[in-house]
Amino acid sequence: MIGSLLILVKLKTDMPQTKSIFPIPDFTLSPRIDQVGVEERASRFTKRSIKKESKLKGLKLVLNMIDLTTLEGKDTDGKVKQLCYKAMHPHDALAGLPTVAAICVYPTMVKVAKKALEGSGIKVASVATAFPSGQAPKEIKIRDTKYAVANGADEVDMVISRGKFHAGEYNFVFDEIAAIKEACGEARLKVILETGELGTFDKVRRASDIAMYAGADFIKTSTGKIQPAATMPVTLVMLEAIRDFYYKTGRMVGMKPAGGISKSKLALHYLVMVKEVLGEEWLNNHWFRFGASSLANDVLMQMMKEKTGVYQAANYFSVD
Amino acid sequence: MPTTKKPDRRGGKITPKSNTIKLKFDTSWSYAPAPESKSAATIKPQYDLFINGEWVKPASNKYFDTINPANEEKISQVSEANTADVDKAVKAARNAYEKVWKKISPKERAKYVFRIARMIQERARELAIIESLDGGKPIRESRDFDVPTAANHFFYYAGWADKLEYAFPNRNTEPLGVAGQIIPWNFPLLMAAWKIAPALATGNTVVLKPAETTPLTALKLAEIIQESGLPNGVVNIVTGAGATGAAIVNHPDINKIAFTGSTDVGKIIQRAIAGTHKKVTLELGGKAANIIFEDAPLDQAVEGVINGIYFNQGHVCCAGSRLYVQESVAKQVIRKLRDRIESLIVGDPLDKNTDIGAINSRQQLETIHKYLKIGKEEGAEMYQSSCSLPGKGFWCRPTIFTNVAQSARIAQEEIFGPVLAILTFRTDDEVIEKANNSPYGLSAGVWTDKGSKIFNMTKRMRAGVIWANTFNKFDPSSPFGGYKESGFGREGGLHGLSAYVSLTN
Repeated sequence: MIGSLLILVKLKTDMPQTKSIFPIPDFTLSPRIDQVGVEERASRFTKRSIKKESKLKGLKLVLNMIDLTTLEGKDTDGKVKQLCYKAMHPHDALAGLPTVAAICVYPTMVKVAKKALEGSGIKVASVATAFPSGQAPKEIKIRDTKYAVANGADEVDMVISRGKFHAGEYNFVFDEIAAIKEACGEARLKVILETGELGTFDKVRRASDIAMYAGADFIKTSTGKIQPAATMPVTLVMLEAIRDFYYKTGRMVGMKPAGGISKSKLALHYLVMVKEVLGEEWLNNHWFRFGASSLANDVLMQMMKEKTGVYQAANYFSVD
Repeated sequence: MPTTKKPDRRGGKITPKSNTIKLKFDTSWSYAPAPESKSAATIKPQYDLFINGEWVKPASNKYFDTINPANEEKISQVSEANTADVDKAVKAARNAYEKVWKKISPKERAKYVFRIARMIQERARELAIIESLDGGKPIRESRDFDVPTAANHFFYYAGWADKLEYAFPNRNTEPLGVAGQIIPWNFPLLMAAWKIAPALATGNTVVLKPAETTPLTALKLAEIIQESGLPNGVVNIVTGAGATGAAIVNHPDINKIAFTGSTDVGKIIQRAIAGTHKKVTLELGGKAANIIFEDAPLDQAVEGVINGIYFNQGHVCCAGSRLYVQESVAKQVIRKLRDRIESLIVGDPLDKNTDIGAINSRQQLETIHKYLKIGKEEGAEMYQSSCSLPGKGFWCRPTIFTNVAQSARIAQEEIFGPVLAILTFRTDDEVIEKANNSPYGLSAGVWTDKGSKIFNMTKRMRAGVIWANTFNKFDPSSPFGGYKESGFGREGGLHGLSAYVSLTN
C-alpha cells in the first residue's frame, strides 16, 4: 500500500502530464499465474481448425497486422527503402492484398522510412530507449525517443529496465515508462517487456500491469534479440492482463507479440487467442500487431496456395 | 443495452465504467465448419450379441435403435438381451474361465491385453468418430481424451498381468471368476476399458453391458477383441437396457459386479446382491465442490472451472458442479466465467472446433431442463451463453447460476449437465463444512497459490479425488472412486487390481 501511495504522490508532483486518473495498484499484488494452467489453455487454442474462407480472411488479417521489421547494425537506407516498398506492395501478383501495419526500424532510419511510406497510411515505428538492452541513463532514453518522434515516428517501441525490475524497483520502471510516454507526445508507445529475460509468468503479468498503468498504448513481448521471444503462453498472460486492465479502467491497450512467429499457422493460432480472450475490438491492427520479418512471406505463400491450389517455391516471393 | 464507450486511443482521460464494458466475442472473423469425415468409420446396420467369441442373434429376437443425439437420426440397431441371452453369456464366460483363462500363464494374459491396447490405437480415429456420433460428445474430446485414455488403461493393466506378486507382496492372488460389468453412457469406450482391462489382467472373464443409448463403441471393441484372438468367451458383450442389467446382477453364477452409473441404480444393485457371495464395486454420482480462494491464479482457476463443468456437456460423475468462490473475488470470477462461456462453441459433435456437443438423450435433456426451472424457482440468477443452438437434436447452452443457496436443490442434487451452481464463502472452515455437506463425495477441486492451504483442504475434505489447481485429470495409474453415496471401491492404479482378486494365504 505504501508503494501505491508513493506513486500517486510522484504522479502529482513530478509528472503532471501523464494525466493518469486511475488509482495505481500495488504491483507486488499483481495476480499470480499458474504455469501449468496457462500452458494448457494456450495449447487449447492450437486445436482450433481454421479452414477455407476463415483461413483466407485470417491470413489477410495477419498480413495487415504485421510490423515489418529490420533491426540490424548493418541496416542501410537502401535496405529500409526496399522494405518500405514491400510493406506497400507485399506481392503484386496477388490482387486485393492489404498492406502491412507498420515498418519497424532504428531511430536513425525513421526519416528514410517516413519519406518512403508517404501517403501510404503505413505507420513508422521506431525502437528507442537504448534498444535492445535498455542499459542507458533516463535522459539518453528520453532524447532517443524524442529524436525518433521528431523524425516522424508514429509509434515508439521502448524497452523496460529489466535489471531494475528484477531488483524490485517497480517505481523506477513505472516512472521511466511514464517519462517516455510523455516524450512520445502524439506517438503511440509500445512497451517491450523482454519476457525472455523475466523468467516467470508472475513477472510477465506484473511487468504488464506496470506498463499499462504507466501509460503504455501497447505491451510487447520481446525485442527479438533474446530467446525465447514471443510464445503463446506469454502472450496469453499479457492478453489477460490487458483484459483485466480494460475492465478496471475502461482503457484499451494493444498487444504485440514479437520474435519467433514466422509461420502462418502459428500466427492464426495467435489470432484465435485474441478472438477468444479479447474479442472483436482487438481483431485489427490498431490493437494487435505481429513483430516479424519472415512471417509476411509465409502468409503470402499460403495465400497463393489457397488461390492456386499448389505451393510455390520460396523464390517466387521477394526477400527483403 | 448500454453502448461501450469508445476508449481514448491516446491513453488520456476517460471515466472508467467497468459495469458497462462488455467484450464482443461474436467476431467478424469466425471459424468455418471443420467436420471430421464420417466415412472413416464403419458401422453395421444391425449388431447381434457378442457371446463366446461370435456374434449371435438375441433369443428375444428384439432389436432397438441407437440414435445420433445431435440430429435424432438412427445410426444402427442393436440387440436387446433377455435373461436367456445373459445366461448364455455368463455360461460362456464361466466355461472360458474354468477351461482357459484362469489356467493360462500371466505372461500370455498380458500379451492379449497389450494386443487389444494396440488395436485400439490403430483404430483410434474410427472409434473417436463413432463415440461422437453415438453419444454426442465433441470429436476433440473423443479423439484427444476418451480413446487414447482407453488404450492407456489396457496398456497399463497389461503391464500388471505378470507382476501381481509385486502388486501384493507376500500374498497369493486368485481371480474372482466371472465379472458382470455395467457401464454408463457418458464415457462408453473408456468405461469399458476401465472395467475390462483390470479384469482380464487379473485372470477374470467378463460379461459387459454398455448403456442403451451408447452401445456402439463397446460393440466395436468386441470386433477388436474378436480380431485379437482372445480365447472365446473371455469377454462377452451384451446390449440392452435396465432389464438386461438386472439379469446380469441377479445371475447366480456371477462372482463380481462392477457398476458405474447413478446412485439410485447403485442402491438397487446393492440390495439385489445382499446376502449373496457376489463382490461389488460401485462408482456412482457426484456433486463436486470446486473451491476458488482469493489468492488463486484466477484466470487459470476459471479455465479449470470451465473444464470441470462443461467437459463432456457436464455428463461427468466427477464434474465440478458446485463452485465455491471466496467473496472478495466472486464478482471478478463470475465476470470471467461469463466471458469464457461466450467463447465456447456449441454444435455438431463431429466438428473439430466444437467445445460442447449434444446432450446424450432426450430423457437427460428433460432432466437438465427440469433443474433449470427449479433453479429459477429457487431464486437463483441464471446466465446462459448467447450461442445459437441447432434445430434438431438435444442441446443445452452452457449455464451458470449465481446467488445459489447451500440448501437449494441445484446445489445439492446431481444435474449431470452443463449447469454450474455458484456459491460464495468467507473462511476456510466454512467452505470445508459446506463442501462436505453433501451426500456425495467423489471429487473436489481447490484453487490457491498456497501449498499449505492445499494440504489443509485435501486432508479435511471427504472426496475420493481432490485436484489442486487443476481439474478432471485422469491417468490409468491413479485410483478413482468415491466416498459416501458416490460409491465404494477404486478403479485405476494398483488399487484397481484389488477389486478383481482375492488374496489367499
